[in-house]
Amino acid sequence: MNVVPLWIIPIFPFAGFLINGILGGRLPKWLVTTVALLAPLAACLAVISNTFGFFGVVPVPSFAPRVETCPLPWINVPALHVDFSFVLDQLSLVMLLVVTGVGFLIHVYSVGYMSDDEGYARYFSYLNLFLFFMTVLVLAGNALVMFVGWEGVGLASYLLIGFYFQKKSAADAGKKAFIVNRIGDFGFLIAMFLLVANFGTLTFTEIAAKLGPIGIAPGWTGGVVTVIGLCLLLGAAGKSAQLPLYIWLPDAMEGPTPVSALIHAATMVTAGVYMVARTHVIFDHSPFALGVVATVGAATALFAATIALVQNDIKRVLAYSTISQLGYMFLGCGVAAYSAAIFHLMTHAFFKALLFLAAGSVIHGLGGEQDLRKMGGLWRKLPVTFAVTTVGVLAIAGIYPFAGFFSKDAILYAVFEHGINGKILYSVGLLTALLTAFYMARLWYMAFMGKSRSEEVHAHESPVSMLGPLVILALLSICGGWIGIERFGAFLAPSVGARVAETGGWRFLIPGTQYALSLETVLSIIAVLVALEGWKIADKFYRSKPSRPAQWAAAMPSGYKLLANKYFVDEFYGATVVKPLLGFSNYILGWVAEVGIVGGAAWLIGGVATFAGAILQRWQSGNLRSYAAWLAAGAAAVLLFLLVPWPTVLASLPAIHLGLAGH
Amino acid sequence: MNINFAQEVPLSWYLILSAVLFSLGVVGFLIKRNLITVFMSIELMLNGVNLSFVTFAQQWHAVKGQIFVFFVMMVAAAEAAVGLAIIIAVFRVRATLDVDRIDRMKL
Amino acid sequence: MHLILFFVFAGFCLAGAVNLLVQSHPINSALSLIVVMTSLAVLYLMLGAEFLAIAQVIVYAGAIMVLFTFVVMLLNAGREARTRGSKAALAVGFPAVVAILAVIATVILQAQGLGAARLSDGLTDVKGQTNLDQLGAVLFTKLLLPFEVTSVLFLIAILGAVALASHEGSKAERTGEE
Repeated sequence: MNVVPLWIIPIFPFAGFLINGILGGRLPKWLVTTVALLAPLAACLAVISNTFGFFGVVPVPSFAPRVETCPLPWINVPALHVDFSFVLDQLSLVMLLVVTGVGFLIHVYSVGYMSDDEGYARYFSYLNLFLFFMTVLVLAGNALVMFVGWEGVGLASYLLIGFYFQKKSAADAGKKAFIVNRIGDFGFLIAMFLLVANFGTLTFTEIAAKLGPIGIAPGWTGGVVTVIGLCLLLGAAGKSAQLPLYIWLPDAMEGPTPVSALIHAATMVTAGVYMVARTHVIFDHSPFALGVVATVGAATALFAATIALVQNDIKRVLAYSTISQLGYMFLGCGVAAYSAAIFHLMTHAFFKALLFLAAGSVIHGLGGEQDLRKMGGLWRKLPVTFAVTTVGVLAIAGIYPFAGFFSKDAILYAVFEHGINGKILYSVGLLTALLTAFYMARLWYMAFMGKSRSEEVHAHESPVSMLGPLVILALLSICGGWIGIERFGAFLAPSVGARVAETGGWRFLIPGTQYALSLETVLSIIAVLVALEGWKIADKFYRSKPSRPAQWAAAMPSGYKLLANKYFVDEFYGATVVKPLLGFSNYILGWVAEVGIVGGAAWLIGGVATFAGAILQRWQSGNLRSYAAWLAAGAAAVLLFLLVPWPTVLASLPAIHLGLAGH
Repeated sequence: MNINFAQEVPLSWYLILSAVLFSLGVVGFLIKRNLITVFMSIELMLNGVNLSFVTFAQQWHAVKGQIFVFFVMMVAAAEAAVGLAIIIAVFRVRATLDVDRIDRMKL
Repeated sequence: MHLILFFVFAGFCLAGAVNLLVQSHPINSALSLIVVMTSLAVLYLMLGAEFLAIAQVIVYAGAIMVLFTFVVMLLNAGREARTRGSKAALAVGFPAVVAILAVIATVILQAQGLGAARLSDGLTDVKGQTNLDQLGAVLFTKLLLPFEVTSVLFLIAILGAVALASHEGSKAERTGEE
């Protein structure tokens, strides 16, 4: 079949954005919906056709990446040459399938969820805009095009978080997201500058060629490569909500729930992970940067999981869970297991989107209630939602054979094998897995089981347009991991590199038999046991003795308060960064600019006019003699001007001066 | 150039005299407080200029210079008449001839 | 001879002019001005402008200065006080005058081609034609129009003078105005 050009993939969402954005207010609703759904569907179909084309062009197993460059040059100066180029290789293919596939499902869901909203067309235009920029980001062949997509998804995120802009908290959350993203973008920019300065190019393949495989060209190890890697990490931390730039993600829950599902669970926040995987050659050459990535990821995972333990808003729990899972992905990248991280990215997209959409279904069914303490007993009233949520919770907890198990295990296995530090990080990851299982089960219990605590008696199930994507995502959450890390890693190897297993592979003898289990299997079993343990603890807290959480909270009041207030990080940032900045800006704008410059200019102009007026006023005295004097002066001036031969006088001035000086 | 001082006077001396008379007229205009005296200084100025014209008429043997003086005299006469009438009118209103006191348009 | 005459009457001119400035009573200034006028008439005579000399005496010294004297007498102007009224007049005016005088004097003294005058010089070398003949010839042929216009000017001046000076004591004695 003919291969679809790559630029088709972003162009459909962009067209959808333009049509719905400019004309949406005047078009009938069904037309808006059609345009909005057609865009991601077309993009998805384009990607799928490219997939087949991909496989059909060259036989398995070596695939040549497809590069498409726009004939128009972008930057073409001796120091730097950058084109508009799209690259489709294994990594971007996987990412595109996730983005467009999940994106399309969420678009369908949004039709039902946002059907009553008056900003319907605006919502879908923003959503299509986001999809456009995300595909640009994924398809980018060089860092500059990726940066365009990077900034663009930040913009779309701002627009969508602040979608209910009349609400101050939503507008503030949008601003917060954009500003914190900006801080990360600063890191990305510095990294780009360093890349240009050291490599003279921003194209990923050229950088990879210059760096070469590890071991060759030892001059490119550590040093500037570490700095570039750390700057890139800063950018990724801003976009993917890692420590210390995660603060925008919980506030971003002010946006509509499908937005949270698409942007803040499945696609935008994974852009950071994607970027790290895309520039993996740089990280491979700097063990220090990799270590920092892993540490940041592990710390974030644990940190966010502890906060999620005590949150009462269903979306906040999911938000912190997202941050935690992103920490897992960074942990995977930090031990150079990029394919494991991407694998987890894919499965996470499935079950996190599922969980968010299910939460949206619950909120929709309860008429807007988001507080877990006011939910309960919904398994009877929202059966389909209950079923899919159960699937999602099992997946995220990492229970076999759901999708989360395979991916999380792959990461933990890779981490464990990464030397001494790896063992420490592994234990952190394991602890996080326990906490993850606990708080997700907590959510499950509080929302669906037990007696109903909500005042809403007419809780109803959602329409089919909302349930359909839920079911599809549930199916993907079940079987999404079955591809297995070996095949997945082998598929991705040409683009992200293969992970070299470090140890020879321990084997555990089962006493009493001849069977020996590999380390991987043992670790998997441990992980599942840990998850089940977490579930059991949640059961003890929230089902068998519902007063136990309150008792524990009362027993550790300060600890509870610390967690419930998210470790006071927002307040800390507010006091150290925001307040001084605002104060300084107010000073500059209010005093220096307003009073000093503007006021000073006004005062100056007024003063000059008054002063000149005062002088001129005294000149017009009415006194005949002074008038006569000025007349004489004027006449003298005219005579002097006309009768004195100025050229010769001026030429002879130096002579006069010298003559006088001589005397 | 050769000037036989026994029989000739250089014309430039006349011109210098005329310039001095003119300047004295301007000085009189500036320092005198009586309106009539100021007017007389103006006449002095005119006379200085007349001398200069006559000198140049002699220089170039052209009668035009003298014609000019003729007309200047005519105009000076008319001006004197009207000017003195104005001074009388101003004196009637202001009862003073002090130039420094007559400094307002509003009478 | 010419030189002596020149010095004498130029001296009278200057003395009269300086006296005009120095005197405080306007009648003294008027009389000094008459001296200046008549000295100038003699100087005109020495420069070969006989008609103008006589015209100067008749018109200027004889009519205009008499008019001035009449006005001084009518208005009973007294000695003027010696107070300063305007600083600008002195501060700006004097340098201006000095500058004017200096420029003109420099130009005159550096001018080439200025000749000299003799007593015997007439205006032109045309024999048999007096200065008056020359003036009349130009005045009544080429410049007849300006001549007639001048008479109209006189008419207007007379009318103006009569109109301006004819109000009898309407807004005279204003109290408070010194």
